[in-house]
Amino acid sequence: MSATTPTAKTSAPAARRAGPAAWLQAAPLGLVFLLFFIVPLVLILAVSFWDATEYELIPAFTPKNYIAIFEGCGQFGDLCVTLKTYVSTLKFCFLAWIFTLGIGFTVAYFLAFHVRTVAMQTVLFLLCTIPFWTSNVIRMISWIPLLGRNGLVNDMLISLRLVSQPQEWLLFSSFSVVLAFIHLFTIFMIVPIFNSMMRIDRALLEAALDAGATPWQTLWNVIVPLSRTGIIIGSIFVITIVMGDFVTIGVMGGQQIASVGKIIQVQTSYLQFPLAAANAVILLAMVLMIIWALTRLVDIRKEL
Amino acid sequence: MSEHESEAQPAIEPAIPSTTDEVSSTTRRTLLKAGVAAVAITGFPYVKASDKLVLRYLGTAVNQDKAIGEKFKADTGIEIQYIPVTTDEVTKRAVTAPNSFDLIDTEYFSLKKIIPTGNLLGIDVKRIKNADKITTLFTKGEVNGKKVGDQGTAPKKVMFLEGPKSKKFSATPTQYMTLIPTVYNADTLGIRPDLIKRPITSWSELLNPEFKGKAAILNIPSIGIMDAAMVVEAMGIYKYPDKGNMTKKEIDLTIKTLIEAKKNGQFRSLWKDFNESVNLMASGEVVIQSMWSPAVTAVRTKGIACTFQPLKEGYRAWASGFGVPSTLKGKQSDAVYEFINWFLDGWAGAYLNRQGYYSAVLETAKANMEPYEWAYWMEGKPAEKDIKSPNGDLIEKAGKVRDGGSYEQRLGSIACWNAVMDENEYMVKKWNEFVAA
Repeated sequence: MSATTPTAKTSAPAARRAGPAAWLQAAPLGLVFLLFFIVPLVLILAVSFWDATEYELIPAFTPKNYIAIFEGCGQFGDLCVTLKTYVSTLKFCFLAWIFTLGIGFTVAYFLAFHVRTVAMQTVLFLLCTIPFWTSNVIRMISWIPLLGRNGLVNDMLISLRLVSQPQEWLLFSSFSVVLAFIHLFTIFMIVPIFNSMMRIDRALLEAALDAGATPWQTLWNVIVPLSRTGIIIGSIFVITIVMGDFVTIGVMGGQQIASVGKIIQVQTSYLQFPLAAANAVILLAMVLMIIWALTRLVDIRKEL
Repeated sequence: MSEHESEAQPAIEPAIPSTTDEVSSTTRRTLLKAGVAAVAITGFPYVKASDKLVLRYLGTAVNQDKAIGEKFKADTGIEIQYIPVTTDEVTKRAVTAPNSFDLIDTEYFSLKKIIPTGNLLGIDVKRIKNADKITTLFTKGEVNGKKVGDQGTAPKKVMFLEGPKSKKFSATPTQYMTLIPTVYNADTLGIRPDLIKRPITSWSELLNPEFKGKAAILNIPSIGIMDAAMVVEAMGIYKYPDKGNMTKKEIDLTIKTLIEAKKNGQFRSLWKDFNESVNLMASGEVVIQSMWSPAVTAVRTKGIACTFQPLKEGYRAWASGFGVPSTLKGKQSDAVYEFINWFLDGWAGAYLNRQGYYSAVLETAKANMEPYEWAYWMEGKPAEKDIKSPNGDLIEKAGKVRDGGSYEQRLGSIACWNAVMDENEYMVKKWNEFVAA
């Protein structure tokens, strides 16, 4: 997303001139996009209609992969695997989004409006990025000894006599998955929201105060609407990552919780590429719809 | 643009690549978790400028021991570059990227998918010095003249090709082998005897409600389904005509049993990488689970009691071996044959036997082991001295007997082999339902 917006911005004046030089200047990026973005996507779309055996792909045009995915989905009562998986993935997506938004907004607000000096802001902001010095997977795995049956949290709870039995829901559960998502992805909310907040004219806040607004009214009627762009960009980051995730759900969910990404991964590892491609196309359509809905709320191109 | 924005901007930059990391991080996770193997990879950088031969060895982390690569290099000057991936990923690469390795170490059951692509060459047994000494378990499906269970993809079914470039298996021995066996074993359930505190004798215990929330099964469909089938039979639910080649109905039944257990909270976790199984067991998250022998050894070397429990229904066996990609030529090809010959020559075999595996050529391995070691590992006799792992960690104190007894007792009790079924696609689909349930 972030890569397409600058292109759109720079190509707007270029289109007005529309000289060959402008086309030439846009060509390299255009080619890169064509080669590494459009072509693979078209291939995935094509392969999703192919047939396959255990060891070879057979070019064809068959809807059977899509039919296989939605097999049994028409019945009432018990949901089919695909729908169940999407419901579960959307649930995680929503939980991760609401929490990262809440925490991310609060942190960004603190950084932007409560920290007075630019130097301090820089230091605190860099502090937020420190977790990125190690890999995602390590940050995830570090939770395991903490939350396990004989982990630190359980030891503490037992020694404080808050519980008599180790709490099993701490690890390999929906709880641990959501916790890991929040831990991993809050920064994606903080950065764009902070960015938007820093661009709010401080005079507006004073004006709100002078007009008799309470701090809450200022927050809700001035700051939130003006941070909209950041909130939407952050939401797009978090939602797209969580929708496609299979590693976090795998590691933190004890491989027992399904996600769309996980299904695609299992299918590719069993060489069922057409089936995986069909799943990917559906997932992509789903995510694009969410993003489309989000961009209806704010015109990112105009506001950036 | 404000001053602060220019601070914020670079911070987004590192964030963006890490989103794409999600996609590639299975491989990375395998690398990370496969501690030893990961060290091996960084320890052997691929230097193209030098004239030295480097063999790219594709396989699972379990089989890629740093010490074996180092010893081979010391003996021959040829470097081994390990590419550790998961079992499924080995097959996938063999089918989709046959030029990405010089030597493949894969399970026999994967051959049903790989051989029809023509990506592997029949290995000329005349170029393998010890070919005639390879154990009869592979060539005839026998242990000391006694037939063992052959349900599933037993190696003897896929051991030979009709010709060097054939895509068809031969039912009778020929000059061309698909894989030269490296290691094999008979797997069973691993348990924590200190936490279970009673004898375990049947596969059915895996789904015993007594171990609710403390059991685990492995999440590699081709192997997990076999463990599940052993459990279903042991519970007396159903007797399969051939566990290794189920009908759709049988698959449904097996998965249904698993799903019921999962909904009742039987499983603490599922695992895919052998290191995960070690952690689950060592941390006490799980007390009974599908397990592999080196994982049991790894738990024990931490000083934690763990038994690879022999069960009355028998073992689920597996075997892996070296295959040669059909594109390999010249010097690289000679080096690969040299490595395979070296591997069968005894040092590596002895090393693997000491890890609790079994090696393909027993007599050369025996020559490289102390008599007391051989007696403990292979003859099922009580240990005369303390038994140590190849790294020198204590595995078993003097006087103890190996789980499952002698080679003959253990491999003679094989009930089935890891398998690729005719209904594999359906099975994987149903397995996904189990994971999603």
